[in-house]
Amino acid sequence: MTSIELGLDVGLFAYAPLIIFLPLLGLLINMVLGRRLGEWFVGTIASLAVASSFVIAVLQFLALNSHPEGAQVLVADWITIGDLDVAWSLKIDTLSVAMMLMVTGVSTLIHIYAAGYMHEDVRFQGDPGRYTRFFVYFNLFVAAMMVLVTADNYLMMFVGWEGVGLCSYLLIGFWYEKGEDGIGNAVAGKKAFVTNRIGDLGFMIAMFLVFWQFGSLNFDQVFTSAHTAGAAAGGVITAITIFLLVGAAGKSAQLPLHVWLPDAMAGPTPVSALIHAATMVTAGIFMIARNHVLFDLAPFSSNLVALVGGATALFAATIAVAQFDIKRVLAFSTISQLGFMIAAVGMGAYVAAMFHLVTHAFFKALLFLSSGSVIQGVEHGHHHVEHGKKTRGAPFDPQDMRNMGGLRSKMQITFMVYVIGALALAGIPPLAGFWSKDEILADASQANPTVFWLLVAAAFFTAFYMGRQILMVFFGKPRSEAADHAPESPPVMTLPLILLALLSMVGGILNLPGFHTLTDWLEYTLEHAHAAEFNLVVAGFSTGLALLAIVLAWLIYGRVAMKKGKPDPLRRILGPIFVGMHNKWWVDELYNFVIVRPYVALARFLAKYVDWRFWHDWFHDIVLARTFQRGAWWLSKAFDLKVIDGIGNGLGDLTKGAAARLRTLQTGYVRNYALSVFVGVILVIGYFLIR
Amino acid sequence: MNVPTHYVLALSALMFTLGVLGVLIRRNTIVIFMSVELMLNSANLAFITFARSFGEIQGQVFVFFVIAVAAAEVAVGLALIVAIFRSRRSIDIDQISKLRG
Amino acid sequence: MTELFSILNLVTFLPLVGVLVILFLPRKWQTAIRWTALLASLVTFAFSIMMLMDFDVHDPDLQMVQEVAWISFAGWDIKYSMGVDGLSLLLVLLTTLLTPISILSTWKAIEERVKEFMIFFLLLEMGMVGVFLAQDLFLFYVFWEFTLVPMYFLIGIWGGPRRMYAAIKFFLYTMAGSILMLLAILWLGLRQGTFSIPELIAKGGINPDLQIWLFLAFAAAFAIKVPMWPLHSWLPDAHVEAPTAASVILAGVLLKMGTYGFIRFNIPMFPEASIKLAPWMALLAVIGILYGAAVSYAQRDVKMLVAYSSVSHLGFVVLGLFALNPQGIQGGILQMVNHGLSTGALFLIVGMIYERRHTRDLDEFGGLWKVMPIYAVVTLIVTLSSMGLPGLNGFVGEFAILLGAFGSTSIGSRLYAGFAAAGIILAAIYMLYMFQKLFLGPLDKDENKGLKDLNIREIVTLLPLLILIFWIGLYPKPFFELMAPAVQKVVDILQTASMVVH
Repeated sequence: MTSIELGLDVGLFAYAPLIIFLPLLGLLINMVLGRRLGEWFVGTIASLAVASSFVIAVLQFLALNSHPEGAQVLVADWITIGDLDVAWSLKIDTLSVAMMLMVTGVSTLIHIYAAGYMHEDVRFQGDPGRYTRFFVYFNLFVAAMMVLVTADNYLMMFVGWEGVGLCSYLLIGFWYEKGEDGIGNAVAGKKAFVTNRIGDLGFMIAMFLVFWQFGSLNFDQVFTSAHTAGAAAGGVITAITIFLLVGAAGKSAQLPLHVWLPDAMAGPTPVSALIHAATMVTAGIFMIARNHVLFDLAPFSSNLVALVGGATALFAATIAVAQFDIKRVLAFSTISQLGFMIAAVGMGAYVAAMFHLVTHAFFKALLFLSSGSVIQGVEHGHHHVEHGKKTRGAPFDPQDMRNMGGLRSKMQITFMVYVIGALALAGIPPLAGFWSKDEILADASQANPTVFWLLVAAAFFTAFYMGRQILMVFFGKPRSEAADHAPESPPVMTLPLILLALLSMVGGILNLPGFHTLTDWLEYTLEHAHAAEFNLVVAGFSTGLALLAIVLAWLIYGRVAMKKGKPDPLRRILGPIFVGMHNKWWVDELYNFVIVRPYVALARFLAKYVDWRFWHDWFHDIVLARTFQRGAWWLSKAFDLKVIDGIGNGLGDLTKGAAARLRTLQTGYVRNYALSVFVGVILVIGYFLIR
Repeated sequence: MNVPTHYVLALSALMFTLGVLGVLIRRNTIVIFMSVELMLNSANLAFITFARSFGEIQGQVFVFFVIAVAAAEVAVGLALIVAIFRSRRSIDIDQISKLRG
Repeated sequence: MTELFSILNLVTFLPLVGVLVILFLPRKWQTAIRWTALLASLVTFAFSIMMLMDFDVHDPDLQMVQEVAWISFAGWDIKYSMGVDGLSLLLVLLTTLLTPISILSTWKAIEERVKEFMIFFLLLEMGMVGVFLAQDLFLFYVFWEFTLVPMYFLIGIWGGPRRMYAAIKFFLYTMAGSILMLLAILWLGLRQGTFSIPELIAKGGINPDLQIWLFLAFAAAFAIKVPMWPLHSWLPDAHVEAPTAASVILAGVLLKMGTYGFIRFNIPMFPEASIKLAPWMALLAVIGILYGAAVSYAQRDVKMLVAYSSVSHLGFVVLGLFALNPQGIQGGILQMVNHGLSTGALFLIVGMIYERRHTRDLDEFGGLWKVMPIYAVVTLIVTLSSMGLPGLNGFVGEFAILLGAFGSTSIGSRLYAGFAAAGIILAAIYMLYMFQKLFLGPLDKDENKGLKDLNIREIVTLLPLLILIFWIGLYPKPFFELMAPAVQKVVDILQTASMVVH
């Protein structure tokens, strides 16, 4: 293990553990004092904790600039058994610092936004006491995410990996008494956790394989051994990478484990933005990038990764087209964009993937937060309307885009930033998304034509559904009274939005063609990080497609604005395909039918019939116990009474007869006994004398 | 003064006979008890006598044991008698014949 | 005579002093009786900590050994022999820790016959500590059987409505296995001329075919105690009917006597047989893991759910032990402690809600987080620990076990570990299901609306367990260090044996 050399700026590496401990400190303060300190204080503490983590990340960045080889910072020993030696130890290199900067930076903005958003949300949901809890979870999430990205071994990464999963579970079910049948949110959280655990199983098995193949779980040691072993260990490395892919598919919501992410939108909107768009779900991409040495040695797995990514990108994009829930559209868009990144890492375009990961974090966080602003605006409008009516109206869904429309003039800032985010996502130059997405497409055009066409199709749908969403939400006439009365959100919420919008606009400079800042930066970690040359044909083609899709969206949704109560115009055009897209291609139903219900039925069957009726009641209580009772009964009635008692009674009778005669000797007079003793003594003495 | 050994042994035998007769003839339980004591003490006397004449110490040690046992016996025996008297209002040994077969 | 007050004797028999004091207290002085019992168990715990201080981490052999000739005639050489090593140390500490915690949990729950309850409880502690410290087969057997008696009465007198059935079933089931073990013990002792466990291990030299029979005879007793699938039928009955404190001890310590038996007797005394039978033991363990997880998901009664989860968790322990490599065995031993902590805590938690609502039906709850936030958070932590969330204790044990089993040469196939790892998914399903049924969803039952959150005594009861849950999860190093040399010794024995087998 390389220790930290002495030196001024290198000494900064020693502060790296603070990036984990500061959020933990924040959550401890809030946990102990939160209720007494009040909302303002709680929000500030939580945001400050994350902001100071961001400062630490910047310090690491500065240190890395002069010492790009990075460092390992040992915090404590952890598990040592036999050959297994795992430590709590941080790996500071360009890859992890890039993630640190992105995660803490975006987290800080979202924390500030959430301070305002949750203030409204806890009141709307009717439990203001839960404000503190939200920020405790939020800080815990940042800490877990930092463990994940800074880990220098598989096991520690796994701690962060499941840690963020836990926070995701807790935050999806944050309003655990709400949702479908009052339990919907909690069920969604459980679904996310369990689906993630399927991926985690893959991660674990990969770890076992790594350990027994390379004798270590430390990244550096494993990669060195893998390099040396090379093709000799090809089969095992392929197996390892496939299991790692399963892990990544779980966390990054790729086919076939994508089903949890749409349901995860049950969490409050800042959660969707931070965890389910910008940071946690990108952990899979980060993990594959971290293991690029292994994936480079396993071409089969890499191709599989690329295919899974490409397929997911298109699959999710088609579903996003036919959703009505504003957040669900974004959720499927996230899955689709994660598919882009996964496809990129599969093709060896790690830098492009990381680039897209960062820009996506900007614009998707922006989109989610803006959608939160929209939702709260509509909620406010709804309250306003309900207040005037005095009677409770029908249940109202403030997230349904069919209830919106015309918000352009009501929420101007939100509208502006939303459009910026949407155009960035659609890949319109010169916004951030264009540069990163184009880098991926350029790579794909060279590496893998199948994946290229999958991604191009996905990009087309992306532009289309974003156009549809903007037109449905912001244009036309308000389709509900609530939308008509929606006010703009307060500055604490709009300020982070504006910052994120700026980042979404200029994020592309991170890795502009010809400059390759990010490429050069990541090169220290990802040795073969090559950047595909900027390809004008690909760029022009994809931009043209995106514009075409937007025009198409305008033709369908913009030219004639959607009317209240009318079905989606696309429904008429696409017919059953639209139904399929709207129903998410029935994957949930399929899983429910193939896995969930059989398991529940099996568990019930095992519990009720096999374990209880058969094994407990029948075998133990009937077979064992009753056989014993029958045997005992036979012994006591037939055998014992006749044979044993016969012997016993015979002996008894004999004794009785003898006793009847002997008893007459017993007179009861003590002096009689004394006399017989006396006579006896005389006799004994006489015997001795005579002898 | 040196009393001849056989004198003392004769006294011991006499005491023992008196004791035996007392146990066999008397009906009063307390008297029977006293007779038993008489027998024990006659044995003690014999022990002492022999110890002295043979110049051994064991005989005297035995006497201590006997005295101790006798004391214990008296304690238990008297307690029994009191208990019997309480329940039957009599200490006539012939009336206590519940154990007749 | 100085030996009489040796530290091991003190740890074992101090509860008896408590019993004596309680015997002379009038039964009306319930509070005094409770305090005496608590004090006695706390002093015992203090002595066990002293034992830990005296323990030499680097010594693989038995320490603080104490031997007194006991029964010796006609070729029998039975000694009163006590000793502690890395295999048993943690379990002794677990026992002495869980006993005061359980006693504290009965403060309000046991109102009738407090005197007898505490007497039995302290006697039980003595028996359990004795089991872990005895180094003579005969003495071990005496303690082993002795623990049955107080537990029988604890279930039979203070249990639920079907307590007699459960108590008798528990007694008979365990007894049946023990008989076979007794036969094997007698055979071994007479054949080898000693009942001393270290001597028997050192002597070895039993022909492998014979070893298999001896292995099976011992395994019969231990597998029932663990309980391994399919011998688990007594467990749900005993757990559901037992009072909370007895459930805690039953799950926390008594079950560990079975797994401890495997690592103390079967594996080092019959190494060849262990290597040969390892795949079969692993198979039963994996079936137990998956079966227990599935069955516990389908339960309606919280206590049943936790009881079946024990079948699943103990499957992990057995799998680890029979991986027969350092990772598996150390993970297995640590997981015994982990299971004692988390399942012990779960039973305490179930007991707390039962005291308040007098029902354990999952459908009767929901949304409790609103009225009992502290309780909910504590339960959440324990639940997560039980389902093996990294950073908490359960994960460290499970990971080491699965890692060991995956690379075990004696188990032979990686599929066992693969299927066992799938058990972790199932664990998440039933544990989160339980948590959801209790705490999430709307608070719609009127009876639940007025529930009181945990009081100070209840928090104090759970706090040591929570601290250990985090400690073992984040920094398990000291725990592994305690057992490493002793485990290495066992592994060395196995390596010698595997050369014989192959």
